[in-house]
Amino acid sequence: MLTARNISVTLGHAQVLAHVDFTARAGQLTAIVGPNGSGKTTLLRALTGDVDYSGTVLLNGTDTQGQRPWQLAAQRAVLPQATTMAFPFTVIEVVRIGLTNGTAATHDSRAMQALRRVGLAHYANRFYQELSGGEQQRVQLARVLCQVWAPVEDGAPRWLLLDEPVASLDIGHQLEVMEIARGFARSGGGVVAVMHDLNLTALYADEVAMLAGGRLLAHGTPADVLTDATLSDAYGCALRVNTAPQAGHTFILPHAANLMTENWSAS
Amino acid sequence: MTAISDLDTPRDRLHAARAAHLWLALLLVVVSLASLAWGASGTSLWAALAKLARGEPLTQLEAVILWDIRAPRLALGICVGASLAVSGAVMQGLFRNPLADPGLVGVSAGAGLGAIIAIVLGAALPVWLVEITGNALVPVAAFMGGWASTMVLYRVATRGGRTSVATMLLAGIALGALAGAVSGVLVYIADDSQLRDLTFWGLGSLAGATWAKTLVAAPLIALSLGAAMTLGDGLNGLAMGEATAHHIGIPVQRMKNIAILTVAGATGAAVAVSGGIGFIGIVVPHLLRLATGPDHRTLLINSALLGASLLLVADVISRTIIAPAELPIGIVTAVLGAPVFLWILLRRRTMMEL
Repeated sequence: MLTARNISVTLGHAQVLAHVDFTARAGQLTAIVGPNGSGKTTLLRALTGDVDYSGTVLLNGTDTQGQRPWQLAAQRAVLPQATTMAFPFTVIEVVRIGLTNGTAATHDSRAMQALRRVGLAHYANRFYQELSGGEQQRVQLARVLCQVWAPVEDGAPRWLLLDEPVASLDIGHQLEVMEIARGFARSGGGVVAVMHDLNLTALYADEVAMLAGGRLLAHGTPADVLTDATLSDAYGCALRVNTAPQAGHTFILPHAANLMTENWSAS
Repeated sequence: MTAISDLDTPRDRLHAARAAHLWLALLLVVVSLASLAWGASGTSLWAALAKLARGEPLTQLEAVILWDIRAPRLALGICVGASLAVSGAVMQGLFRNPLADPGLVGVSAGAGLGAIIAIVLGAALPVWLVEITGNALVPVAAFMGGWASTMVLYRVATRGGRTSVATMLLAGIALGALAGAVSGVLVYIADDSQLRDLTFWGLGSLAGATWAKTLVAAPLIALSLGAAMTLGDGLNGLAMGEATAHHIGIPVQRMKNIAILTVAGATGAAVAVSGGIGFIGIVVPHLLRLATGPDHRTLLINSALLGASLLLVADVISRTIIAPAELPIGIVTAVLGAPVFLWILLRRRTMMEL
């Protein structure tokens, strides 16, 4: 269980998050959604300890503050939105850095397995800096998977924290990455993903936390959270939730949206 | 299952880099022998060795040249070359940039200022302090100067875990100018004997090598290089940025502190005994990254070995090319290094985020 209680974050003079409670369960994919500037990424950065916050974050029941970096790294891996490498590392070398914290020597083949998992085994010897943004993101996903390879270790779930994992990917690779994330959760691990795409959220999330203006607006199953009223309230535009005819999943149709008049005049 | 293609066994630069430990160590042995054998005097190492093998005593001249002139120079050259190359590699990893070098960004100037302060103002220190520090006063002061300038540089050039190359290089120029100005003032107030000390020190070569000097600098250098060798995993993680380094379990703040102290210690000691010798810190790590990749776990060790060898080669050139006179070694390293620096700049222009 990953629990955050009463999280507030102030950056400069602006309060970015105010008294947010958040819970993610092992075995589930929990999505954090909300409009730009709602505090999605800041909430994730509080969960990973990258920003100063007030409140408590409990990872598998232990406060993350006061834990050593390597203790945290053994329990959770973090995928940033984008990662630049300072030196000409090859793809396989980048993935191997994910093994730094673990029992690296015995699991060297894991790096190749992870690369195969994200469909980039044939790029092992390419230079990371020469790949496209989407390919780099998948290499980083392989590195992150290496770090927490077994979703459950010694009875305790391990966690994947993903910051907009599919933002730079095409639709096919978006589905592939979300499948990997869901597979990790189905095997007993916990996944928290900041999501921009509401349709992918509806397709893959077990739980959704909706943020707006630095506050938690709703927290529950996609069917409970992704409603006309909540979405329109959060995004400041009229949105209609619909259901795809064959699959039965919720989907959101942007071209049917209208900007709300008060927002229009305010901007 | 299909046949295992070569994709399953990626070309492994790590193995090549580990093999390079051995080759570079061999190179250092060869270069060391050459450094003992060649010099302005006609004394031959081989003749001396042959004499010793036959049980004959060496002439006093041969013994002095080999044991009191060439041997400490060799030891000091190894210490200084390894220090400069490893300092360069650590700084480049810390700043996430292949152009960071103690000589270019003002760390050497800061260390030099520390050394000058110790030489000029050392006389004003309480006697007990001088007695405690003894010969170590100048290296320790150089270490403090290097440490202070590395800290200032890191604070100025790194915001939110990202280092701006332009800010780093410009801040280095400013730091160097400031250190130079303060040094100039100190030279004015120095008395005659201090001026002589300053001049000899500022010549920047291994020519003044003595066992006493070497034994003062070696412990600080050994300590710094030993600490630097533990930074491999940390610098690899830092190549992805501070946040990601923290996420994969690296105690980033502690690692950065060790890196800064390491650079200050190694550069400070090297500058204190040899003056400013440039470009070793850029050329050596860069060549090694080209040959065996940027993995710091092997890069740091290989940098120490190749740095020592390269400085010894430069030293042999500096004392034989216009023998019996001696060319300052800084000129030799600059001639070898400056083109490499420009080449890096031109080749990687698009990636420099200037």
